[in-house]
Amino acid sequence: MIQAFAFYLFAAVVILSGALTVLSRNPVHSVLWLILAFFNAAGLMVLVGAEFIAMLLVIVYVGAVAVLFLFVVMMLDIDFAELRSGFVRYGFFGLLVALVLAAEMIIAGGAWSAGSLELSQRAAPTSGDLPNIEAMGALIYSKYLYIFEAAGLVLLVAMIGAIVLTHRERKDVRPQNISDQVRRRPQDAVRNVVQPVGQGVEL
Amino acid sequence: MIGIQHYLVVSAILFTMGVLGIFINRKNIIIILMAIELILLSVNINLVAFSAFLGDLVGQVFAMFVLTVAAGEAAIGLAILVIYFRGRGSIAVDDVNRMKG
Repeated sequence: MIQAFAFYLFAAVVILSGALTVLSRNPVHSVLWLILAFFNAAGLMVLVGAEFIAMLLVIVYVGAVAVLFLFVVMMLDIDFAELRSGFVRYGFFGLLVALVLAAEMIIAGGAWSAGSLELSQRAAPTSGDLPNIEAMGALIYSKYLYIFEAAGLVLLVAMIGAIVLTHRERKDVRPQNISDQVRRRPQDAVRNVVQPVGQGVEL
Repeated sequence: MIGIQHYLVVSAILFTMGVLGIFINRKNIIIILMAIELILLSVNINLVAFSAFLGDLVGQVFAMFVLTVAAGEAAIGLAILVIYFRGRGSIAVDDVNRMKG
């Protein structure tokens, strides 16, 4: 009973905040609705016992991706009113496409009937006594180790790509050059003179 | 009792929302990227639901990789957006023709 209530609560909020993400007037509000959608999707995943993915969703999406979106929305000085022109014109066509897509998914789901399930063919059956996070850890660090490392490589490439794309050399500022500072020697910079009394210093 | 159909319906509605968002916000690439994130979220809900109801953990492993790719895609997309804005002073993407492709 409480499970069904929690499911309907999370499902309603995730759909509502997903709709408001794409419909909201202000992009900052869009990002905040997106964060709410991710939180509630994590709730849905907790309900079926996928705690690892749920926590990953909260940490990666809410903690990193949504904040990245918020940074970009707030840092760039964008005229959002101009970008919203054509909302109604595209809205009709978009609604049509969305309705067709939804109808197709409903028809396909209604017509689909599952064959007999071969439960012995599962690649990694869940065992009842192991917690989800422990089982996931045992799986990704043994059987799927190479794919896991490839995922790390994807993140590394994305990080390097983002830095290379957005980095720029600025001509109008004089940044600190640490290697020049470290290379500077006393004999190049300091000169000892025996200064006679009563004469000016020659610089 | 909540079955797999309920999760599939939620995921299908969320997917449709994402597609709708791409169409109605054609000029605003930030909202388009957010709509893509919504679509990938619905895919993840689908994978996790099947994984949980069939008792097979591989679906959750795959959902993790989808999440990784989504994070990388968001980072690269926003980086491209930032350099595009720096060059043009606008992010209206319906008339992008810089590469004359």
